[in-house]
Amino acid sequence: MTDTGTVETRPRRDRPGLRSRTVPVPLLVPALIGLAFLLLPLIALLVRAPWRSLPEQLTSPGVWEALRLSLVCATSATGLSLVVGVPLAWLLARTRFPGRGFVRALVTLPLVLPPVVGGVALLLAFGRNGVAGQWLDAWFGITLPFTTTGVVLAETFVAMPFLVISVEGTLKAADPRYEEAATTLGASRFTAFRRVTLPLIAPGIAAGAVLAWARALGEFGATITFAGNFPGRTQTMPLAVYLALQNDPAAAIALSLVLLAVSIAVLAALRDRWLTPP
Amino acid sequence: MTETTDRDDRVPGLLPQGLDAHLVVDRGSFRLDVTLTAAPGDVVALLGPNGAGKTTALRALAGLSSLTSGHLGLDGVRLDRTPPESRPIGVVFQDYLLFPHLTALDNVAFGPRCQGAGKAEARAQAAEWLDRMSLADHAGAKPRHLSGGQAQRVALARALAARPRLLLLDEPLAALDARTRLDVRAQLRHHLADFEAVAVLVTHDPLDAMVLADRLVVLEDGHVVQEGTPSGIARHPRTDYVARLVGLNLYRGLAEGHTVRLDAGPAITTTEQLDGPVFVAFPPSAVTLYRERPTGSSARNLWRCEVAGLETHGDQIRADLTGELSLTADLTTVAAADLDLHPGAATWATVKATQTHAYPA
Repeated sequence: MTDTGTVETRPRRDRPGLRSRTVPVPLLVPALIGLAFLLLPLIALLVRAPWRSLPEQLTSPGVWEALRLSLVCATSATGLSLVVGVPLAWLLARTRFPGRGFVRALVTLPLVLPPVVGGVALLLAFGRNGVAGQWLDAWFGITLPFTTTGVVLAETFVAMPFLVISVEGTLKAADPRYEEAATTLGASRFTAFRRVTLPLIAPGIAAGAVLAWARALGEFGATITFAGNFPGRTQTMPLAVYLALQNDPAAAIALSLVLLAVSIAVLAALRDRWLTPP
Repeated sequence: MTETTDRDDRVPGLLPQGLDAHLVVDRGSFRLDVTLTAAPGDVVALLGPNGAGKTTALRALAGLSSLTSGHLGLDGVRLDRTPPESRPIGVVFQDYLLFPHLTALDNVAFGPRCQGAGKAEARAQAAEWLDRMSLADHAGAKPRHLSGGQAQRVALARALAARPRLLLLDEPLAALDARTRLDVRAQLRHHLADFEAVAVLVTHDPLDAMVLADRLVVLEDGHVVQEGTPSGIARHPRTDYVARLVGLNLYRGLAEGHTVRLDAGPAITTTEQLDGPVFVAFPPSAVTLYRERPTGSSARNLWRCEVAGLETHGDQIRADLTGELSLTADLTTVAAADLDLHPGAATWATVKATQTHAYPA
């Protein structure tokens, strides 16, 4: 805040309805501490980055393999979340059935569940001896743990609730009478959903998908527990970063910078396309 | 109706043509119980105060809410168990509910598309409807770029393009400003006159109802209190609500010759000679007010009243009076000033017998 700014506001002070530009110190100081706390690690990452050896670090095949795997898995997990998550959100927002509140709580549980617990639970369900996994293995010869598919499943488990919650919120805010208008024109409930509701909630779906994608990209706990850490197959960027930190900190920083760049790109995309009204 | 009908799903006992409905909807303490019949080409207005059940009746007809009991027949086919998308019933919603992501053309093409027409065919039909509504120039516009009157016509075109056998209009003019309303009312009247099937419109505005409809059905508290032609209802109101709508003072009493003894209050002298329960009505303009008891006045209907309220009504002043008889009176601004009327002022009110109208209850 410049001096002129403060001077300008003074005569306006007694005019009601105008926001005062002075911020109370008990609010300002904790706010600045909080901001610094968020920024400092990112600045440290940039300051300590091995800029000189960076090109060399980033061109190593391991980095690209991990990045490619991360992008493929996060995108697949987002796709899977969309296919089952949007209908689930519709069910929660538009229908009444007994135990709906309970189902909703279950859907949101992975949001608060430690991801590593999610990984253990996935192993118990889809592991080779798991509740469902033993039949998948016996009947179809499908094994999920420690495969790339396993990574996708682990990421979906953790990321889908973000999409469901976001889409459900958008659906609840959308006027259900548009669906009624569509049915009076001869549209079945599914046609009404496909041709009217879906286009109306598209921004909410897109925002939810980006959230889910970002969450899937950073997934660590459930992935390492359920899918392990095999380079080229299940070693995504976060796992690669953690592993590199043990024996090659410079490589870990380089990998972290790549993830940071991806995150900033996502944030920029969100801001331009969905967060600001057209 | 005979057993030999041209369609198997026709139900004996239902009117073979047009609308034949008995709508019963229970919702908590509210119960709607309305019988509605109409021939093809009829325009019926459901008129009533807020909360009378007009919208409930309309939603039940459209299938958007289900009937507790009763039946709904259209052209001899029973529809009360049919889902809304399979009913040949179109709706123009109060706020139109045009799909915001579709152009006017695609909004209108929505119905034909749902009925199986190809994209090009549906659009061709939609273009025809828009043309008929003089909206051809706005075919490519999104709803948010349409004026209120244009949006209303697109909504009407969208409903008609699905070729309904029953068209429902929910407060079709309520969302429009006063000036647009006049134009749109005239156009809507023209389009409804062209519509060959049954149209039912819901409104709380008596003017809309009288201009647009051939027949009025007045709902109060979930029940039909009066139905008939607009002029019949305007001349012979049967409830206070209807009387207020058409601007008449209305009383119920027991007639003995030219005298009607009111259920509550004094007697009124009328020109009609009747016996038994009757209604007596007279317009507020038939009332003359005096500050002092008039002497030598020929009016036998003379009551002592007190001004309860005053409001402007067009270029007149409308006075609400209580006292021996509760009534409303219209007088000119000059007369109101001369009489020094103000809430609480004592007045005498007279009505000539020739200006009252009595009819059997």
